[in-house]
Order: sequence, then structure tokens, then C-alpha cells
Amino acid sequence: MARALINVPAKAKRGEIIEIKTLMAHPMETGFRTGVDGKLVPRDIITQFVCTYNGEVVFSAELFPAITANPFLAFTTIATESGALVFSWTDNHGQTQVQTAPIHVE
Amino acid sequence: MNGGLMRSATTRRNALALGLGALTITLTRPARATPEIMEQAIKAFTGGKRVQEGRVTFDISLLVENGNSVPFSVLVESPMTKADHVTRIGIFNEKNPLPDVAIFTLTPRCGRASVASRMRLNDTQFITAIAELSDGSYWSAVSEVIVTLPACVED
Repeated sequence: MARALINVPAKAKRGEIIEIKTLMAHPMETGFRTGVDGKLVPRDIITQFVCTYNGEVVFSAELFPAITANPFLAFTTIATESGALVFSWTDNHGQTQVQTAPIHVE
Repeated sequence: MNGGLMRSATTRRNALALGLGALTITLTRPARATPEIMEQAIKAFTGGKRVQEGRVTFDISLLVENGNSVPFSVLVESPMTKADHVTRIGIFNEKNPLPDVAIFTLTPRCGRASVASRMRLNDTQFITAIAELSDGSYWSAVSEVIVTLPACVED
């Protein structure tokens, strides 16, 4: 896996609902397409996404081949305390990429 | 001479038959979900419980040019408290190779039951969004999307 774009507000008020947007660079190869050699291109997709906020899981997603290449996910969370949001993407080969975004809560 | 003509005719026939065979193979090969398979996937998600219409706002374009990337968002009416919140949101389709699109797991820490992503669509079809609430009830919204250029066509 490669680059991830994460959009988390750097500052938030306590109790405020903040929107988090993530985009992971990934082909999300469905496993249904044929390549130039006429053979099926093996499946290569992100199947699992998890977001934790200071260690507690706030949101997760199970993804299927119907999700586009470079999967984009937007969701919300309540800003409770300063700390870190940790995002992890796991593909169908079991490889995981982890990214962290700090958040400052006033 | 005549025999030669016959032979070439049979080989042509054979070739035609072969071609037909190949055609049926290529026609049947792309696996596709059907509304029945989607029903099964929904049943697996809900455990066979009754799904009521309402409470779910499913926002997706009605007409899309490119089925490779169709943005969608789901918003469920819920206070998102510990006692009453949305636990899961499942998105299902009728005509892609697989009936599932995504299953989102939410917690009260989300604050709002709102998710957005992008999906591939293989054809014009109905898309169903189902929310599972912490009280065990299921709510749904259905949207038809007309796709002019389906996903999975380019190699």
C-alpha cells in the first residue's frame, strides 16, 4: 500500500462532532477483470478499515470489491480529548498500513 | 474438389460451432449478483429480521455517467447514545458481481450516524442501504441508479 490522505481538523471544541475523511491509494483490483493475457487479474482489495481514537475503536468498515479504487471513507466522531486518531487499512493478503493523525481538543 | 469443398465446409461449421461455444462462455462468465442473491446477502446481514423502510437517508446520484466511481452517503436518524445508536450500516447492490458493497460498524463515539464513500456500479440497478440499530431493529432506504457507462468494462 502507499500514500494515505487524511483530513482531520487540527483543533476542535470538546463535545463537537468532527468529520474525518480518509483516502488510501490502492488499486482495489476486483478479481473479476481479465488482463492482457486473458487471465483474471488476481484480487487485491482493502477489506478492513479501522479508526481508533486514543485506543478506542470509533468506526470500522468491511469493504468489498464494489468499493472504488483509492477507497474514500468519510465518517464522524465526537472530539472528547486531545490525542491521536489511528487509522489502519488491511488488504486481503493480510498486509496492514497504519497512519496516525493528532487532534487538539480545547 | 467436391471433397475439398465439403471438408472446408465442415471445418467452417466446426469453427462456427467453436465460435458459438466461446461466445456462450464469454456471455456467461462474468458472474453477477441477482436480486435474489442480494436478498440472501441482506438476510445474512439482518439474520432474517424484518427490515422497515424509513429513518435512513441514502444519498446517491440517480443518473451517473461513470460507474467506476459513484459517490454515496448514508445518514441515519439516531441520537447515537449508548442506549440508542446505529450499530451497522450495510450497502447492497443487485447486479455487480458480488451483492455486498460495504458494511460500516458505528459506535456511540461517532456522534452522528453518517458515512460516505464511493462505489462501483456494473449496471443500472437498485441499491439498498440498511441500518442496524442497537435495539435490534433494521431500517432501509432504496435508490435506483441509472448507469450509462458501467464499471469493469475497460481492461
